[in-house]
Amino acid sequence: MTNLATITAKAAPEQTQFCWSCGARRAVHFCEACGKVQPPFPVDYFTFFGLPRKLNVDIASLEKDFYQLSRKLHPDLSARAGNQEQEWSLQQSSLLNDAYRTLKDPVKRTQYLLKLEGVELEEQSKSATEKARSTGEVKKQIVPPDLLEEVFELNMQLEELRTQKKMGEDDPALIEEVGRQKLELEEKQEALLRELQDRWKMWDGMIQRDQNGQPVSDEERRQERDKMVDVLNRRNYIRNLVRDVSEVLEN
Amino acid sequence: MASDRIVGIDLGTTNSLVAFMQGESPVVIPGDDGSNLVPSVVALDENNLPVVGNAARKYLTETPERAVYSIKRLMGRGVDDVQEELRFFPFRLAEDLQAGEVLRIKLGEKTFTPPEISALILRQLRRNAERFFGASVTKAVITVPAYFNDAQRQATKDAGRIAGIEVLRLVNEPTAASLAYGLDKKQNGIVAVYDLGGGTFDISILKLHDGIFEVIATSGDTHLGGDDIDNLLITIALDDTLGDLGLDLRRNGEAVQAIRNAVIEAKIALSSQPSVKLDVELPGGKRYLREITREQFEQLIQPIIDRTVGPCKQALKDAGLKPEQIDEVVLVGGSTRIPKVRVLVKELFHREPHTDLNPDEVVALGAAVQANILGGGSEATENMLLLDVTPLSLGIEVAGGVTDKIILRNSTIPASATQHYTTQVDGQANVAIHVLQGERELAKDCRSLARFDLKGIPAMAAGMARIEVKFLIDANGILHVSAREQRSGKESEIQVQPSYGLTDEQVEGMILDSFDSAEEDFRQRQVIEARNEAATILAALDKGKKSPAWGHLTTDEKKKIAKMEKALTAVNAEDDYQAIRKAIDALNQGTTRLAELMMDSAVSTALKGKTMDEADMGEGPTAPHPMAKAEFE
Repeated sequence: MTNLATITAKAAPEQTQFCWSCGARRAVHFCEACGKVQPPFPVDYFTFFGLPRKLNVDIASLEKDFYQLSRKLHPDLSARAGNQEQEWSLQQSSLLNDAYRTLKDPVKRTQYLLKLEGVELEEQSKSATEKARSTGEVKKQIVPPDLLEEVFELNMQLEELRTQKKMGEDDPALIEEVGRQKLELEEKQEALLRELQDRWKMWDGMIQRDQNGQPVSDEERRQERDKMVDVLNRRNYIRNLVRDVSEVLEN
Repeated sequence: MASDRIVGIDLGTTNSLVAFMQGESPVVIPGDDGSNLVPSVVALDENNLPVVGNAARKYLTETPERAVYSIKRLMGRGVDDVQEELRFFPFRLAEDLQAGEVLRIKLGEKTFTPPEISALILRQLRRNAERFFGASVTKAVITVPAYFNDAQRQATKDAGRIAGIEVLRLVNEPTAASLAYGLDKKQNGIVAVYDLGGGTFDISILKLHDGIFEVIATSGDTHLGGDDIDNLLITIALDDTLGDLGLDLRRNGEAVQAIRNAVIEAKIALSSQPSVKLDVELPGGKRYLREITREQFEQLIQPIIDRTVGPCKQALKDAGLKPEQIDEVVLVGGSTRIPKVRVLVKELFHREPHTDLNPDEVVALGAAVQANILGGGSEATENMLLLDVTPLSLGIEVAGGVTDKIILRNSTIPASATQHYTTQVDGQANVAIHVLQGERELAKDCRSLARFDLKGIPAMAAGMARIEVKFLIDANGILHVSAREQRSGKESEIQVQPSYGLTDEQVEGMILDSFDSAEEDFRQRQVIEARNEAATILAALDKGKKSPAWGHLTTDEKKKIAKMEKALTAVNAEDDYQAIRKAIDALNQGTTRLAELMMDSAVSTALKGKTMDEADMGEGPTAPHPMAKAEFE
């Protein structure tokens, strides 16, 4: 059973253990004695929620903590307070919201942890694709080798569909075929999410071993990271494909 | 404490309301005409003084060039994106508008920005509340459409400041409505709020959890509402008169307003009747007659109400929910009284929607609930907390004119994002950042919020500076930006150029202006009243001189009166109302004996058998009215 005071106490740097207002020993983000919001300090999202840097997160418990902390940190509660307190409340609750938004989503959570581990993820976002297209750069997008042939075929079909739509033509057979491929891709996306969850288990187990006094080598750590990066890249690649297909089908 | 009283305000396209929490339940504060709704209409009267609400409505037909309605449609918008509005609304833009300047609307010969006009409405609501409480009101929660962008929100906040109101929070209208509903139904579940008002449409999906109202997704259209239905019917009538009578009324403001009033009445009636008859008198004496059946009406408006389907589906998709997963649907906004709209909502969500609360008032009531929460809460609002989202993604322009989204739509607010920038050339001191709002991939397709100039970056080699820029959307949905050069730890100065808003200085100026003009308004009113009184007494004196009583005065008395009359006529030409009043008082005193003599002679002539009227007893009490003489049978 998580308790807000104990989870947030883990995030407390030494120098900020006492409430600015009543002087009582306090929980990190707010004072347990007087309820006042405390000045924010930079912490990562896991630490903000008092969580270890593990990837299997109990979402129901995270949500509960989010609601409880919202009741302490939201700007509505300091609407009558002084400017300084209002500012802290604004900072704290935006940090809370940012952390919750990131941690509750499996992919965002994994990406965030990898970023904390120093991994610069390959930019797969659509904006990056557009940017590359408009500036004429060749984007370093890794096409998963096992998909190469399939993707080439699909892109041809999409191009064909786009041309047809421009001409006002309609090819039900082709639309159906592309729709079928979209379903397949969505299934692949699901499968990759499950694969990602398997990788979480490996990562979390490794972290646990490390905490239990069996040090993990940098090499092992790197390998686990790389595997997750690989799954994420493939997933993002497929996600973008699905988006492109949906765009053509819906327009 | 009365001075701490916070009110909730629904600043609507068609009507505005002010409400507050009375004990355990929110109530709407009526105006001095007894009406809960203050029509969002502003006019200038013949003395160039602003008139708001029901009192302003007559100006829409009498002097349409001195009146404005639906100003909310122009809030936070630029001249280039209101062209569509100008086709359907009689907004008269100032002729001297410069590109990039905030819109200004002409009322008579004066011009006002949309926030100034909204401020006049807010000031009226504030006065209504102050009269109700018998104490000053300076703090409020104001509602905005959930789908309002940053500029529209900022403009609303500016309007509050101009009206002398500290806006403690901007609350999204559908969310406010859910608060009003949630007050008595303290239960958990998923609620969809469908809000179709006069000019805006919002759909919000909320998760209710032990008093927490968490918005999961919101979508909408800030230019879709009852106005569009009215405009459709008006256009039909104008086409009819042009086609059948060869009478082009499109530029005839008074005729268009008369038609508008008639079609609004018809639209409302069609929610409860199978058919209505439009009957409008046109210039030239002809009448415009037209029968509309509900079936025809429903066919006509189908394309308009169908435009709400897309946002509803989008919101469901963003929330990751199927229609079956929605536990309750709540209807908000006057346009949801249309039976066809209710049918559509039922089809969309597979549920009979709730309509227990008055759809015109529910938003204001919810604003009062939020005001109570911000004021420290009460037993009724204990444990209630609103977690809202930003309706639109926030992005910045990157190379190639592409939008890089840094805070996605439907993120719970407050929300923040941090970006890092560096310099391109040695010693570069400034970096320009273009902030955008919207979902499109290309910057040119998104809404430009502002251009920021990071200044005072310490001189370094190219690429050495590391500038951290923090974008933070506050609980009002308004963006704040701060920047720091990390190597030097120096806060960078940020120069904001809002793309569609007023600068702080401009707003400041308007506040002062409105104070100045309040004084000026007061002074002018005094002058006008004094002159009216002077005219009355001078006219009475003229009559007195012609009456037999005049003959009974001594030459000296007559001389004195003549002198005082001359003095009054002289000061009456000036603008000093106090001087006019002094001269009036003097003349009043100097003519006491004349008045007495006139009374005596009036009485004696009456005794001689003449009627009072024929006796011409001078100025009696008058109540001038524009009506024809009453007829008696």
